[in-house]
Amino acid sequence: MIGEELVQLLTPEGERVSNPEYESTLSGEEIFGLYRDMVIIRRLCNESTSLQRQGQLALWAPVQGQEASQIGAGRALAPMDFTFPTYREHGIAWCRGVPPEDMLRLFRATSNGGWDPQKYRHSVPTIVLGNQVLNAVGYAMGVQRDGAEEAVMTFFGDGASSQGDVLEAFVWASSFNTPVVFFCQNNQWGISTPMSIQSKIPLYHRAQGFGFPGIRVDGNDVLAVYEVTKRALESARVGGGPTLIEAYTYRLGAHTTSDDPTRYRIDAEVEVWKHRDPIERVKSLLVREYHVKSPKFDDVRDEAEQMALKLREAVLAMDRPDPITMFDHAYAAPHPLVEEGRREMVELGVSGGPH
Amino acid sequence: MATTTMTMAKALNEGLRRAMEKNKKVLIMGEDVGKLGGVFRITDGLQKDFGEDRVIDSPLAESAIVGTAVGLAIRGYRTVCEIQFDGFVYPAFDQIVSQVAKLHKRSDGVYTMSLVIRIPFQGGIGAIEHHSESPEAYFAATAGLRVVSCSTPNDAYWMIQQSIEHDDPIIFCEPKSRYWEKGEVDTENPPAGLFDAAVRREGTDVTVIGYGASIKTIMRAADTAAVEGTSLEVVDARSLAPLDLDTMATSLKKTGRLVVVQEAPHMASIGSEMVAELSERCFYSLRAPGVRVSGYHVPYPPTRLEEDYRPTVDRILDAVDRVMEFES
Repeated sequence: MIGEELVQLLTPEGERVSNPEYESTLSGEEIFGLYRDMVIIRRLCNESTSLQRQGQLALWAPVQGQEASQIGAGRALAPMDFTFPTYREHGIAWCRGVPPEDMLRLFRATSNGGWDPQKYRHSVPTIVLGNQVLNAVGYAMGVQRDGAEEAVMTFFGDGASSQGDVLEAFVWASSFNTPVVFFCQNNQWGISTPMSIQSKIPLYHRAQGFGFPGIRVDGNDVLAVYEVTKRALESARVGGGPTLIEAYTYRLGAHTTSDDPTRYRIDAEVEVWKHRDPIERVKSLLVREYHVKSPKFDDVRDEAEQMALKLREAVLAMDRPDPITMFDHAYAAPHPLVEEGRREMVELGVSGGPH
Repeated sequence: MATTTMTMAKALNEGLRRAMEKNKKVLIMGEDVGKLGGVFRITDGLQKDFGEDRVIDSPLAESAIVGTAVGLAIRGYRTVCEIQFDGFVYPAFDQIVSQVAKLHKRSDGVYTMSLVIRIPFQGGIGAIEHHSESPEAYFAATAGLRVVSCSTPNDAYWMIQQSIEHDDPIIFCEPKSRYWEKGEVDTENPPAGLFDAAVRREGTDVTVIGYGASIKTIMRAADTAAVEGTSLEVVDARSLAPLDLDTMATSLKKTGRLVVVQEAPHMASIGSEMVAELSERCFYSLRAPGVRVSGYHVPYPPTRLEEDYRPTVDRILDAVDRVMEFES
């Protein structure tokens, strides 16, 4: 089903696979680090789903099943690289250092962003999917003009792969040879739309038609995702141009907490993919090859629990912002209509006054 | 005062050149803007002088022209995007509304959306369909954007530079039918701020407000009206979002009568906004309701008919008569 061209370094059972092009460069300690990241992100995701079910979040976009894609890609980045996410890149945000509570401001509906994108070199979430891919290519054009050895990586899914903006971005990146990595998480479902409706050919094959390399990696194999992404980023930094990475993965949960996947897909399919769980296979490797013992895994579990507890407290403490803040940063320079609105709000006594 | 006579096209070209000389972060991107100098030659010679990295001939995709300019803005560049014709801006509408207008807010002020989107707009050149439209109201209605329009070479020269220097995104509407008309350009002193309206002709009976290509038509109407004994005060809005309502209201309080002129249909238009705002501000000074002279509510017609669609001197004078009749 997946095809022989899939780059895989670790089987679902956690056994190493030799690949003529790629080999894992990571130490046992580093692999354990990736395991820790994935466990924390899954816990963050579960906690956020609970918070939504308890009425504390307006919405949540789960990432279960895609942890290896995001942690592998996120950890391959260099500090100066810049990333353009969608609303589901919690693992990338984690790798970039965005505090978990900041990731939830959007879903708590207290902010349309949530963090300082320049500080973390991770842009604010894009909800109109496809837009961010063009924005990333533009940023990469700026990197080129600055003569900087930096790469730009942008994220989208199999759904957005049909957007005109994504295809225009492929044209631009190819024509101008921009230092950008297109990281497509093919999680098989665009809400209820199956992959077969988005594309009749494997998504990574599209790159060839635009004139740059495309590669399909096992998106549930964190070692493979890490190596494939690292090489694509390195190539971009030194003038090698764009790469399309198709991380072949699966969205184990719903599209968002508003979705009901039982209406459009069968349990048997989900079961198959549960067997390919990205976290379990690394754990198997760590046990068998590096003899990691239970207490170390328990420590990670406890750390994740602590993070979840802290996250819950932070979210519950996130109050409704003062309404007057809606006028902040609507424009960079003063604007009469914004001032008029601000004045009216103060006069109505809705707000305590300008911030 | 160093004044030179030049066409609006040349004035825009000189303004762009000066902005690029002043700031290395200023780029130009669009279809055919390099070697060809743009279909209207507004960017003529700029690629030769500033290089292909700064004057970028782009593939044919408007969403990408604007969408990549967004990324360049995040990286600290100031890109002037050229949209070849008004009717071709719609593929970029998503990027303009969803990203250009909102990213400053979404990033809590961290990102500066310093980009200018130049759109040759309005009709009057006998073109085929999609080359004569007035899309300004779509952008004016979007919070986060600013919309301006020049009507003289001097304004063109200065307003394009002021737009490039501004930190908010600017939709820059150029009246393409006036590109080849000459005027005096003062290259030392800007005539006004970017968002200021200008009184083009003083008068006492009726305030007539317009922008872009309509200004010349209104000025002709004012000449004719003067012969007939009616004194028109002509106000060039220059900025369509925000509107310089103070300048407009000052004029209206003096005349008590208002006519607004635009090529766009009047439904949810800039002219409708002017009438609504000014009626509120000047209610006790009004001697007649404000009247709009607009394009008709039909798709822009085949251009053999366009002079029956665009506001003409006669239609403006007819509106003037209607507001004057209220004085009995």
